[in-house]
Amino acid sequence: MRKAIDRSVVILCASATLLILTMLAIILGNIVVHGTSRLSWEFLSQPPLQGMTAGGIFPAIYGTVLLVLLMSIAAVPFGVIVAIYFAEYAKKESKFYRWTRMAVNNLAGVPSIVFGLFGLGFFVHGIGQALDRGLYGGQLVLGQPSILWASMTMAVLTLPVVIITVEETMRAVPQEYREASLALGATRLQTIVRVVLPQSWSGVLTGAILAVSRGAGEVAPVLFTGAAYYLPRLPTRVNDQFMQLGNHIFVLATQSPDVEATKPLLYSTVLVLLVLTFLLNVTAMVIRKRMRSWATR
Amino acid sequence: MRSSPIVTELPRTSNMTDRHLKRRRFLDRTAETLILASASIAMSIILLIFVYVGREALPLLWENTDGASIVSTAVPPLEWQPVSERPRYNVFPLLLGTLKVTLLAMLIGTPLALAAAMYTSEFAPPRLREWIKPAIELLAGIPSVVMGFFALIVLASWIQAQFGNEFRYNALNAGIALALAIIPIIYTVSEDALTAVPQHYREASLALGASRIQTAIRVVLPAAMPGVGAAMILGFGRAIGETMIVLMASGNAPALSLSPLSSARTMSATIAAELGEVVFGGGHYRVLFFIGTLLFVVTSILNWIGDRYNRRMRMRLFGAE
Repeated sequence: MRKAIDRSVVILCASATLLILTMLAIILGNIVVHGTSRLSWEFLSQPPLQGMTAGGIFPAIYGTVLLVLLMSIAAVPFGVIVAIYFAEYAKKESKFYRWTRMAVNNLAGVPSIVFGLFGLGFFVHGIGQALDRGLYGGQLVLGQPSILWASMTMAVLTLPVVIITVEETMRAVPQEYREASLALGATRLQTIVRVVLPQSWSGVLTGAILAVSRGAGEVAPVLFTGAAYYLPRLPTRVNDQFMQLGNHIFVLATQSPDVEATKPLLYSTVLVLLVLTFLLNVTAMVIRKRMRSWATR
Repeated sequence: MRSSPIVTELPRTSNMTDRHLKRRRFLDRTAETLILASASIAMSIILLIFVYVGREALPLLWENTDGASIVSTAVPPLEWQPVSERPRYNVFPLLLGTLKVTLLAMLIGTPLALAAAMYTSEFAPPRLREWIKPAIELLAGIPSVVMGFFALIVLASWIQAQFGNEFRYNALNAGIALALAIIPIIYTVSEDALTAVPQHYREASLALGASRIQTAIRVVLPAAMPGVGAAMILGFGRAIGETMIVLMASGNAPALSLSPLSSARTMSATIAAELGEVVFGGGHYRVLFFIGTLLFVVTSILNWIGDRYNRRMRMRLFGAE
């Protein structure tokens, strides 16, 4: 009797696991099977044509890459500096540490649509319009949704990812390294720059990759801060709007004039986004795993 | 009496002058200031979000623009019709929609994620465990717009074939897709909690003659309970704020119905769907920011509680953070 109950508990737990993995496999399988049919070089290199029922997604890929690039330029250096504070300078008993820690943890849980509102309220209407008043005499230049403000919004959203990943690696650097460096007469800054940081590059890389993967997939934060429904030309200045892969999927899926004609295109676009984010995630996972096995050796 | 003159100044190497030392110290101090300043900025971001999202909603407290004020979000009729001739801004239908979809997602997601966490941490052979964890992490890597797309195209058809429902897009459709999105969070946090239970808890239980399964359910799970609670709270917080999935899958009609097969309009989806078309600074615009502020406050509280639970468990198990 007891054995029967025991066994059924294990079987139940195992089948729940199996169910989750099956659903993952169904989603991926479905997208790969339907997505590959239209995938071609033309699809990746052409703009959308004929009311988005033909052509490709090049502007969306271009916009997404530009977005994550600008985002990383802001989020990675800043995130690394904050991680240095957490790992090297923070005094664990201090109130400042506790508040900062809580704020960063909390930031990681803010809904993405709220970041969208924040981006609109703070960057576009706040900073953008203030700059317009100060620099351009009230002319509308920066006070409108653009790729610059979209990437800044995304940078704020991905900041906790960078901070947490980099901090984790810095903490893994053995304390003896720091002590040895300080004993040789190096200052705290020199120790961090010459000893701790070189040991943490893999963490910085992982943090950047995870941030890019997250930023490439999010749509809600850029809906009102710069992503466009359709643009005939590529963004060339920071105050241009842009097309984004995720937003393009949303547009194709919900606002297409001809659903059946768009479907193959839609599937291929989803496949491209999925391959992009998965490649990034897997790379981050591999780096992390190698880092850990290196650390325990 | 003067002390012995042996150590009057710091020993220096031949190439290091006073100026070098001063410069080094100056750099060190500047760097520390900059780093502390960066940390303060990071801390203030969360306040900035609250201030800048709340600021746009604040005039609702004393103004009535286009029939929108703080009162109009709460008084009957229970209708959300922001673009009709006499706009109605009662947020109750949106609260109901959010709760309906979120609870469905929790009901579907929590048991699955918990059972899977239990299996991975207690029963699975180690080599299998090495595969399950990254696979579920991969599920977390699927962008929510992709999950929404899948619900829109594939899942909705499947549900319609099963239940023969009238509305193709409904709360159940969104709830299942949302469950898939929160399973990785609940799984990861509770698996961490279960694994963190010290091995000697298990050994003591086994030594008393309990089976591995009894140990898992009566010893390991109770010890990890605060962590499991944290997992559920964090999953709940994520589900409330998730936007693209519900926007694409839930049908978006603010129906006053409890049926899972009826349409639902959530708070997050309302913002995403309507903010693009409102007049800047108008009543509708302000109400949408008010909903955003509500979302921010609710998810912040949930995250804070989740964090506390997690910390409490670690305190209980290890006596320190």
